[in-house]
Amino acid sequence: MSATHTVRLCHLYPQLMNIYADRGNIAVFRQRLAWRDIGLEITEIGLGDVIEPVQHDLYYLGGGQDRDQNLVAKDLIANAATLQAAANAGAAQLYVCGGIQLAGHSYVTADGTELAGLGILDLTTEAGGSRLIGDLIIDATVEGISQRVVGYENNVGRTHLGPNCEPLGQVVSGHGNDGESGHEGAILNHVIGTYLHGPLLPKNPWLADILLAWALEHRYKKEVALRPLDDLVEARAHDIASARASIKR
Amino acid sequence: MLLKLRPNAVAEYAAGLPHGSMLVSATNGKTTTTRLLAAATRVAGYDLVTNTEGSNLERGIAAALLKGSRGADLGLFEVDEAALASVAASTRPQVVVLMNLFRDQLDRYGELETLVDKWRDVLDDLQAQSEPPTLVLNADDPNIAALGRGRRNVVWFGVDDKSHAIGNREHAADATTCRHCGAPLNHRVVLVGHLGHWDCPNCDSTRPTPAVSATKIDLTPHGQQMTLRYPGPAGSPVELAIASPLPGVHNSYNIVAAFAASWALADRTSRPQQAPAVARVMAETKPAFGRGEVVDVDDKQIQLLLAKNPTGVNQNVRTILSNPGELNVLVLLNDRTADGQDVSWIWDVDWEPLDSRLSSLTLSGDRAWDLALRFRYGGFDMDNVTVSPDPTKALDIALAATPAGNTLYALPTYTAMLDLRGVLTQRGHTAAYWSTDR
Repeated sequence: MSATHTVRLCHLYPQLMNIYADRGNIAVFRQRLAWRDIGLEITEIGLGDVIEPVQHDLYYLGGGQDRDQNLVAKDLIANAATLQAAANAGAAQLYVCGGIQLAGHSYVTADGTELAGLGILDLTTEAGGSRLIGDLIIDATVEGISQRVVGYENNVGRTHLGPNCEPLGQVVSGHGNDGESGHEGAILNHVIGTYLHGPLLPKNPWLADILLAWALEHRYKKEVALRPLDDLVEARAHDIASARASIKR
Repeated sequence: MLLKLRPNAVAEYAAGLPHGSMLVSATNGKTTTTRLLAAATRVAGYDLVTNTEGSNLERGIAAALLKGSRGADLGLFEVDEAALASVAASTRPQVVVLMNLFRDQLDRYGELETLVDKWRDVLDDLQAQSEPPTLVLNADDPNIAALGRGRRNVVWFGVDDKSHAIGNREHAADATTCRHCGAPLNHRVVLVGHLGHWDCPNCDSTRPTPAVSATKIDLTPHGQQMTLRYPGPAGSPVELAIASPLPGVHNSYNIVAAFAASWALADRTSRPQQAPAVARVMAETKPAFGRGEVVDVDDKQIQLLLAKNPTGVNQNVRTILSNPGELNVLVLLNDRTADGQDVSWIWDVDWEPLDSRLSSLTLSGDRAWDLALRFRYGGFDMDNVTVSPDPTKALDIALAATPAGNTLYALPTYTAMLDLRGVLTQRGHTAAYWSTDR
């Protein structure tokens, strides 16, 4: 059966920014669309590539090692205007781990070097003295839906939100953006940034569906209904991850 | 405990070893390579003190020295990647074998780049010594090759046979850009993860020509035959045939690394390598604990394939797929300290080639439901999949699904393997195994 609808995903630097199982988030996009007979076209952007304006409904940037992230940071700036225009036009964007750092205004590395970011999310990040590692549980509300979100964090950044974006959620367990504010991630219109990996979407499929709904709305300029799925396995894995977070092991 | 009472215990004991010591470190293969190298050095006449049965952290090496250094003339130690600096500083290494670095338990080890930088500092310190050790380095890992770039006293090893190449770098490959100039690397041949034949299209960085290499490898599900080329007495290359019960190209690397290290030791000393005898004892070296060992369970067999990280599991999947017929597989995922608490890595494993070959798939461990999600989103037929977090129940389910005369392939994380071994021992199928720590 040929798909009547198709989401166009732009995957930023998958060769370099994939350290915390970002592939799982892409698999969730693909399968949750396929189960609903909706297609997914993926364009992969690498170093030196130019993103074609207006041609994508969903953008994804994951986490990378410091060295790779530095390579990407310099390259990404050339595409900043295209990504900002896409965000303004309502395309869905998900920035995970290193991604959230690059989506902000700037990132100051451990040796004091300041890397310019996309500036799509109103936030800044600097490297802290220690890595923030462990289970990360937050309570988030997106599009009026409130849910407990589970995942894992492992990063050295300390991220501070400006007045023009909200945290994605409040930390229940773990460190979040900076280990102090109780904030985790950032959200501005259809753009989400977060430190949650694990990966994020398999155990929190409602967030995947919101991003996909935004992407479909961007493509077809109207709401496209997403049939509910049987998320029993997702719920079991979610609840076990949530319980593990309170167990010292 | 010993290190609390005597913090310099390792250095004190190691000082008494007339030939110093040999160190083996890597993300994958260090246990197997150390076993192979132990056999190779013993047959050359050394009395070893080694930690092949114990811990690869500094305290484990201290315990091995306390127990076995009397009468020994050479130390041989498998070293945890993160412990290399302290162990190298205290054991007077004569030969240091560095095999590979893959992404592994990021919550414990940190990112690969961090380890590469630490290892570079270790090699710089060793090179500043009056008698620097011989470095036995894998030419096929771009990160390891970069560590040896411009150094003297390097014996490069690698796999020249291209016939077992996979199409592309595995998803979990990390050494994708040139360490020297940052340009994307060109991999002409990929053999395991990011190990293979590579060069930089932008600068002069390229795979060093290995002095010791596997020029021909024939794989079977239960082992391999290899032709090994290495420098002969007159400096010209000679060939040696080695048979081994260790399956897979990843074990080819272990065999070549161990042989190269025993060659390097002989090259530094007046004692000959005894290459034909080395080949003979390697043929007798069976898989290490949980690294492909086969356990008889009544009229069936279980092959235990430790699941540590994406690259290691990818090799296990390749090994399993080399068997004919329908496959019965049991995967156990725990998230305790020794396993890595972050279970994200299961998403980086290329499990998908198993799908069309599975008769049954049983998922178990503390995070069995995370595995179920991985396979669900991998597009597997979930009708063949049973989820049972309890390892005893899961073992019974998986064995019941395995026909008589067939093998159940079990892929447990470290603590899950101890759980599984516990059940098998209780039932009288294996000898007990105690591990002080990892």
